[in-house]
Amino acid sequence: MHFGLSEEQEMIVTTVRSFVENEIYPHEQLVEKTGEVPVELGQEIKQKCIDLGFYACNFPEEVGGAGLSHLDFALVERELGRGSMALTHFFGRPQNILMACKGDQRERYLLPAVRGEKMDALAMTEPDAGSDVRGMKCTAVRDGGDWVISGSKHFISGADHADFFIVFVATGVDETPKGPKKRITCFLVDRGTPGFEVRDGYNSVSHRGYKNCILYFDGCRLSDDQVLGEVDGGFEVMNEWLYATRITVAAMSVGRARRCFDHAVNYAAERKQFGQAIAKFQGISFQIADMITEIDAADWLTQVGAWRLDQGLPANREIASAKVYASEMLARVTDATLQIHGGMGLMDDFPIERFWRDARVERIWDGTSEIQRHIISREIFRPLGA
Amino acid sequence: MKILVPVKRVIDYNVKVRVKSDGSGVDLANVKMSMNPFDEISVEEALRLKEAGKASEVVVVSVGPQQATETLRTGLAMGADRGILVKTDETTEPLAVAKILKGIVEAEEPGLVILGKQAIDDDCNQTGQMLAALLGWSQGTFASKVDIGEGTVDVTREVDGGLQTVKLKLPAIVTTDLRLNEPRYASLPNIMKAKKKPIDEKSPDDFGVDVTPRLTVVSTAEPATRQAGVKVGSVSELVDKLKNEAGVL
Repeated sequence: MHFGLSEEQEMIVTTVRSFVENEIYPHEQLVEKTGEVPVELGQEIKQKCIDLGFYACNFPEEVGGAGLSHLDFALVERELGRGSMALTHFFGRPQNILMACKGDQRERYLLPAVRGEKMDALAMTEPDAGSDVRGMKCTAVRDGGDWVISGSKHFISGADHADFFIVFVATGVDETPKGPKKRITCFLVDRGTPGFEVRDGYNSVSHRGYKNCILYFDGCRLSDDQVLGEVDGGFEVMNEWLYATRITVAAMSVGRARRCFDHAVNYAAERKQFGQAIAKFQGISFQIADMITEIDAADWLTQVGAWRLDQGLPANREIASAKVYASEMLARVTDATLQIHGGMGLMDDFPIERFWRDARVERIWDGTSEIQRHIISREIFRPLGA
Repeated sequence: MKILVPVKRVIDYNVKVRVKSDGSGVDLANVKMSMNPFDEISVEEALRLKEAGKASEVVVVSVGPQQATETLRTGLAMGADRGILVKTDETTEPLAVAKILKGIVEAEEPGLVILGKQAIDDDCNQTGQMLAALLGWSQGTFASKVDIGEGTVDVTREVDGGLQTVKLKLPAIVTTDLRLNEPRYASLPNIMKAKKKPIDEKSPDDFGVDVTPRLTVVSTAEPATRQAGVKVGSVSELVDKLKNEAGVL
């Protein structure tokens, strides 16, 4: 049994953390105030990341990535989680589902994404299809040799900067004993394709500047070359590539919780009431004790989930446990930190109110807490036939 | 030309240093340690000279405990070629370190030794100067600019009241100041390569140096807490206070 990090992992953690502290923190206030990342700033962060060889570090070396293991990458995500998501978005981690690219899709999408020449965005969610992915109404129908897509997607993160989109669309219905079941196909859609439009999304309380957009498809015509994976094989590529990405939410939640925790500790040690530091009151110090215990627990759950992926062990339940626990831990830690700061915690002079707002979405996106609990309990009961 | 860069493992500059309750020193238990920031600047400068074709090899050396290997690895991850650890668990004083470095210089024959002007733990600011004296080499301390010429190096020094440029004959000693450069982050490929780069292990005995401390720390105390200042309402009030209260006018 060995619980420590390797020297390389320690250096990766140190480097990413100092990158976030020096290149991300100083711009966070600007992004919070304006809700925008200036174009030049995004490019600058991206270029620095490319120069350091960290861009697309989640991809294997044979396609130009750094070939990090799931555990290494979870550590990178954890440290990135400390910073504003709007800004760390440019510390590029393209969707690893692009590894499903075949033939000339590799040169058109996969390799430019890894080199940082093109940015991608993943589009699954629809207004009437959130957790119920198969309920999607966005459809593609055959017309001659082409596909014609109609419908819309929303909550599409990173769509404002994306050059192309990985879009899941219904391509038919199967009649099954349990009722009709939609067939799903994954498409690669270039920005600017006729019949496809990216529109502004909603204003979210979480992650200002990390925009969500709405995608509209109105008779958007695509050839078979744009299919990622197989026709009607959307669920297969999704299951092969996307379930591991849930661990990034867990990892980022741990990183942000640690940053928040440092604020809580420092404030509790410095703030004086009734003639002493408030850390001397058990009402405060016990909250701190609970916070660090939960943060460490979430960190270990996350690292073990990533490690299991590296070992080729079943990890679906473990990743779901890490995601639900870490995101809910972050909610408790940010809330307690705000409480320790009292009224000042609510003011935007401190970053605490931002951590508190940002934490809320972590329990919702990439599979809600309810869906994670469903996955966990299903894994437990399925072998028992219950 | 080979460049030798001594690096020291010190308390991380972000850590709030705490004095031990018995005053015997500062608390090092579970404290984050890093490379001395001035030494990072030295490594960066050496790497830039190598990248500019002015140097062929960058060797990092550290005198300290086994954990100083981590500091050497940081240097290797930044891009240095190899490392030397002179292992000792003794508290090392500048003269002992300078003597060990002299031994390493004699074995390695670098054309330039770049050191941080001081380490942020004891702020001695002595090792570079002592090494220059022991070797009989020229020294350019507190460098804010380093220009390699033909068999010479121009060092711009930050001195009281301005900048002074000195021309030194190589081989030479340079100590770095804060404004010389901005150290790079370790790149991911270099982090991965660092482990494969060699680190030689030596001991002070290999250089015939006795590292037993010559100084005794009598006591360690925190600096006095700074008193709150006062706000003045006008220039005349300020002048009055400077004259009559502070007594500086």
